[in-house]
Amino acid sequence: MTADLKFAFDPGWQEVLTAPFMVNALIAGVLISVAAGFIGYFTVARRSTFAAHALAHIGLPGATGAVLFGLPVSLGLGLFALGGALTIGALGKKASQREIATGTILAFAMGVGLFFSRLSSSAAEQMQSILFGSILTITQGQLLGFAIFDIVLLIVLAVTYRPLLFSSVDEQVAQAKGVPVAVMNVVFMAMLAGVITISVQAVGTLLIFALVVTPAAAANGIARSPFRAMIGAVVICLVSIWGGLLVSSMFPTPPSFVIVTISTLIWAVARAIESRKH
Amino acid sequence: MTTQHPSAATTPATPPTSDDTPIVEFSDASVSRGGHTIWSHGNFSIPKGTVTAIVGTNGAGKTTLLTIELGLLPLSHGHVRVLGKPAGSINDRIGYVPQSYASDIDSNITAEQSVGLGLTGARFGFHRQSAQDKQKISDALGMAGIADKASLRLSEMSGGMRQRVAIAQALVADPDLLLLDEPLANLDLAGQRGLVDVLSQLNSTFGMSIQVVAHDINMLLPILTGAVYLLDGHPHYSPIANVMDSKLLTHLYGTKVEVIKTPQGDMFVRPDQEEEPAGRRQHLHTPKEAASFHAEPKGAAERSASAAGATENPESPESSGRQAH
Repeated sequence: MTADLKFAFDPGWQEVLTAPFMVNALIAGVLISVAAGFIGYFTVARRSTFAAHALAHIGLPGATGAVLFGLPVSLGLGLFALGGALTIGALGKKASQREIATGTILAFAMGVGLFFSRLSSSAAEQMQSILFGSILTITQGQLLGFAIFDIVLLIVLAVTYRPLLFSSVDEQVAQAKGVPVAVMNVVFMAMLAGVITISVQAVGTLLIFALVVTPAAAANGIARSPFRAMIGAVVICLVSIWGGLLVSSMFPTPPSFVIVTISTLIWAVARAIESRKH
Repeated sequence: MTTQHPSAATTPATPPTSDDTPIVEFSDASVSRGGHTIWSHGNFSIPKGTVTAIVGTNGAGKTTLLTIELGLLPLSHGHVRVLGKPAGSINDRIGYVPQSYASDIDSNITAEQSVGLGLTGARFGFHRQSAQDKQKISDALGMAGIADKASLRLSEMSGGMRQRVAIAQALVADPDLLLLDEPLANLDLAGQRGLVDVLSQLNSTFGMSIQVVAHDINMLLPILTGAVYLLDGHPHYSPIANVMDSKLLTHLYGTKVEVIKTPQGDMFVRPDQEEEPAGRRQHLHTPKEAASFHAEPKGAAERSASAAGATENPESPESSGRQAH
C-alpha cells in the first residue's frame, strides 16, 4: 500500500504563470511587498514585532465573523485589526506589560474566530484560507484596494518619515524635541493594521510574521541606512512572494509554504553574513 | 579625545554675561504622580553658564526634575521657567541625553544619521539635508569626540560610544542648555574622565549651561559650579562650596559622608569609616582591591588613574570614594 503522495513537476507551468489568476497574484505580490517592506522596518525598530503577529490573529474573528454575515473577509479582518491596533497602542508602554496584554487578547481572539467559523459552513470553508492565505484567489477588486492602500501608506510615510523614525529609535529624546510620540504610535499601529489586512490575504494569519517582520529583519542586518533597509525589505518580500508563486506553479506545493520558506532562508543567510562581520 | 589635565578643567565657568536671565527658575514648584507628591516647594534659580549636578537618593525625583524642565510633565503647583520662557516652549534650545541611551538598538541607523535626527527629526514632510545641516552634524560629532565614527552603526558601538552619539545628537542644534541623566553610570573610569573633559570644554568654550543627574559627584567636582540637591522632598540649589559639607551630604545620602580636601586642593566625597554606625554593611574597598576590579585593561586603569592626578595622591578618590554606594 503506497501513500497517496502527489508530488510531481508540472510541465505546463509556463501556462499556469500566465493564467489570469496568476497575473493577479503576481501584481498582488508587488503591492503587498511595498506595504510590508516599508512598515516592516518600523515594526522592527519600534520592537512591535509581536504586535504585528498578534494583529493578524486578532483579525481572525473579524474575518470569520464577516463570512458569517456575508460581508467581505478583508472588511472584517481590517476592522478587527484596526481595533486591535488602536487598543494595543493605547496599552501600557512597558514592553512586558504590553506582551502579556497582547498575547492574552491574541489567544482570546483566536478562540472567538474558531467559534464564529463553526457557526456556519461557509465560514468553516474559509477558515483554511484565512489561516494560511490564498494568494491565488485574489480578485481585481482586491488589487484595486491594495493599490489604493499602498498609495495612502506611502504618502503618510513620506509626510511622517522623520518624526516616525525619530520616535522609533529614541522615543524619549524625540518627545523632548517636540515629536508627538503618542500620535506617532497611533499612526504607526493604524498603518500596521492596514498592512496586516492586505498581507494576510497572501500568507494567512498564521504565517504573517514571515512576510512583515522577517524580510525587514534580514534587510536590517545588511543595509546601512533605514531607507536602504526598507528598500531591501521590499525586495526580499517580492522575491519571496514571486518565488513562491513560481515554485508552486511548477510543483504541487501551496504558495504560502514556499513564500515563508524563501523568506526564512534569506533571513538565515543575512544573519550568517551579519554575524561574520562582527 | 584630547586628554586634558584636571587642573585645566577646574577653570571657572564663563563669567556671567550682561543677560542675566537664569537658565532655570523654579517658584514654589511641586510635582506629583498618581496622587503621590514626589517633591514640593522648589524655589531656586540657576545662573547661566553654570555646570550643575542634580543629586539625591534613588527615587528622590532627579529625572523627574529634568522632565519638568523639558515640559514633558506638568507641575502640580507653582511655575518653572527655562531660559526665561515657560518649560516646554523652548525645547529646541535644550539638548537632552536620557539615561536609556545605552539600551539595545535594533535599528541600523548610523552615528551620523542619529545625530541628524537631533536636527531634523521633528520635521514633518519632505526635506533634503542641506550642506549646512551636514556641517552641523559633523561639528557635533567632533565636539563629542567621535568624528571618526560617523559612519558606524549604533548597533556596532559600545555603550560609551553610543553615549557620545547621544551627546552629539543633543549638541547638533546648538543648545544653550544641556541636560544629561546619569551620564557616568555605565562608563569605565577612562570613559568618565573623557566625558567630564567634553562637558568642561562645552562649558568653558561655548558658555553652555549644563545640568547632570549624578549619583556620585566625585568625578564631576572639578567642573561643578553648583548643585541641586533633593532633600526631604524639596529641591534646593546651592553653589558647590556650600554643598561640599559633610553634614549636608550625610543627610542627603542617608549615610555618613565626609568631604576630604587634599593638599593639592582636590576635593572628594567618601563614606566616613570611623563614624559609620556599627552593623551597617559597608561597601568599602582598599585601593588595592579597587584597582583589581580594573585589572582587565591594566594599562587603561593606570592611565585614567594618573590622569585623575592620583599619582601624587596615594589614596585616590577613585579607589576608595567611588564605592560609596
